[in-house]
Amino acid sequence: MLNPTRRLWCAALACVTAAGLLGGCGSEASARVVNLYNAPQQNLSKIVERCNRLADGDYKIVLNTLPRDADGQREQMVRRLAAEDTGMDVLGIDITWTAEMASAKWILPWKGEHAAQAKAGVAKAPLKTAMFEDRMYAAPSNTNVQLLWYRSDLMPEPAQTWEQLIGVAKKLKQEDKAHYLEVTGAQYEGLVVWFNSMVAAAGGSILNADGDKVELGEPAVKALKTMRTFARSDAADPSLSNTQEDTARLAVESGSGFAELNWPFVYAAMQASGKDFAKDFRWAPYPGIDGPGNAPLGGSNFAISKYSTNRSEAFDAALCLRDKESQRMSAVLDGLPPTIESVYDAKGMAKAYPMRGEILKALETAVPRPVTPVYQNVSTVTSKYLSPPSSIQPVETERKLREQLVKALNSEGVLP
Amino acid sequence: MTTDVKAAERRLGLWLCAPAAAFMLLVAGWPILYSVILSFKRYDLRFPDDQAWVGFSNYATVLTNEFWWTSFGVTMIITVVSVAFELVLGMALAQVMYRTLVAKGLLRTVVLIPYGIVTVVAAFGWFYAWTPGTGWLAAMLPDGEAPLTEFWPAIGIIILAEVWKTTPFMALLLLAGLAIVPEELHRAAAMDGAGRWQRFVRITLPLMRPAIAVALLFRILDAFRIYDNIYVLTKGSQSTGSVSILTYRNLVSGLNLGIGSTMSVLIFITVAIIAFFFVTVLKTGTPGQGGR
Repeated sequence: MLNPTRRLWCAALACVTAAGLLGGCGSEASARVVNLYNAPQQNLSKIVERCNRLADGDYKIVLNTLPRDADGQREQMVRRLAAEDTGMDVLGIDITWTAEMASAKWILPWKGEHAAQAKAGVAKAPLKTAMFEDRMYAAPSNTNVQLLWYRSDLMPEPAQTWEQLIGVAKKLKQEDKAHYLEVTGAQYEGLVVWFNSMVAAAGGSILNADGDKVELGEPAVKALKTMRTFARSDAADPSLSNTQEDTARLAVESGSGFAELNWPFVYAAMQASGKDFAKDFRWAPYPGIDGPGNAPLGGSNFAISKYSTNRSEAFDAALCLRDKESQRMSAVLDGLPPTIESVYDAKGMAKAYPMRGEILKALETAVPRPVTPVYQNVSTVTSKYLSPPSSIQPVETERKLREQLVKALNSEGVLP
Repeated sequence: MTTDVKAAERRLGLWLCAPAAAFMLLVAGWPILYSVILSFKRYDLRFPDDQAWVGFSNYATVLTNEFWWTSFGVTMIITVVSVAFELVLGMALAQVMYRTLVAKGLLRTVVLIPYGIVTVVAAFGWFYAWTPGTGWLAAMLPDGEAPLTEFWPAIGIIILAEVWKTTPFMALLLLAGLAIVPEELHRAAAMDGAGRWQRFVRITLPLMRPAIAVALLFRILDAFRIYDNIYVLTKGSQSTGSVSILTYRNLVSGLNLGIGSTMSVLIFITVAIIAFFFVTVLKTGTPGQGGR
């Protein structure tokens, strides 16, 4: 009588626990091998080869490629770091992860000669992304700004504000032409990037400069109003709430969008697409609310894992992986804008980066995302309340968002 | 004397079981205990210096949080609706499989195909099918519809994917139950003038009760822990996440071990309650005795 019951209980128990039993696995680190963990980047192996040649036997960088999406990259790294994995040395991290990893004491501060070299010639905005609580925790490797990319055959003069863009879309729709402005409106980081820029354009910010207080308020309400107006206008693609960077690029390449707000990789992709309107594909500053806007700032840095067993080699390797020549190669071969300003004048840049002047200019006013160890929570909560953009209730959304962000900053928050 | 032998055998049996039981405790018991311990702590990996024992405050945080209850509601809806559909469809399929005269083996194999496909792979199939631009199903909708980005359509699609995938499993369990219903009873009832429906309700169903209860228990526990389909189809956006998705977000993405563990303990408790209900109230654990 009891036995089958007990067996069932055990089966239920086993089912529940099996899910929790994810095994960990370590990896070996032999002397002087520097393990680099980075997001997929097509020609990174060429840079690694160059650095290995230059190292002349002092160390050997081994390239390990992380998942393609940012969440997957971060998760793999933080899991290994939480497990104190000694098999990771140099980490290619998104600029928004610096604060989190530094606060968790997973990455080493940069000091002395290493720090001086990592700072030399770096533009102000990307340099700031490597700092947390006034200390340097990473070496800036590449930066990025979003621009307005548009088809000049449909919009001869680039619009400067959202209102103007909506007007252009309305006109194009009446003429039965491509009339969508592609924006990253899916419920993910891209939506936060958009919102962050909009709040800046309205003269505010999501958090204060120290990252420990919620700001939002009137500027946020204004930003939310603009986003909603756009989402309900002729300019918004019906799949706006499903659009990420690549979907936006494809929509414009396929001819259904007349413009997109995106990172510069779309330029090379458009030229390679063989579309006849590729020659009319131009760029302009990020639009604002009352005037020109502030471009979202992106990019990635190199940090050194605290659990690395080859620390000094790791620092040297990281410095080589983002020196002038490496940054030039990344820019020319893979379309990643350099952080060292002088690289913009280097060989091959004029051809690969016809928009480099615009990027440098945008970098001066570009807005970083909030700097806080709980950025992951801030981002998830924000994208949750802003999705889908057409259902935003400006005042109500601002209030709810504020409540949850306050909780998130106190690490009392539940991630939605 | 016989009792002595029995007792000795019993002791020997227990000793033989002991290593396995100890091993189970180690690999299954310890993680559970550890998450219970974590659930009483403030333990956020991003603030390594701020760990503290906080008693039930994590439970208060989670149980008063709207995200938790939304996920809980979503999980319940998915569980109840999908299992209900699976039971009805599974029963119908089982009948067909049982009664069919030709190509029995082939039919059973074909029916099992959805269950054989890896859930994530099948989910990607559904994902692309319902995505405008790439999908044959999305193409049938009016222009501008993106069902996976809206709450109810997305929930419907998740349920559909679940039902499509696990109905064969249900059918298989029920088929086993059908096989134990004696054919003579049917014939006798037919002689007495009972129609098909009457025979099904009066004879088949009562006799299949234990099999149905076991099938329901398995599927409910399974459905309650739904993760993969949602992860692929919506990633939990537009509030479509289940409790498992929410727990993963907080535990693994959010690095908040305290809150995350609290959620996993709550899931554990819920699953235990469901299992307890089936075992004690419905007496699922004793097939053959068939309840009262």
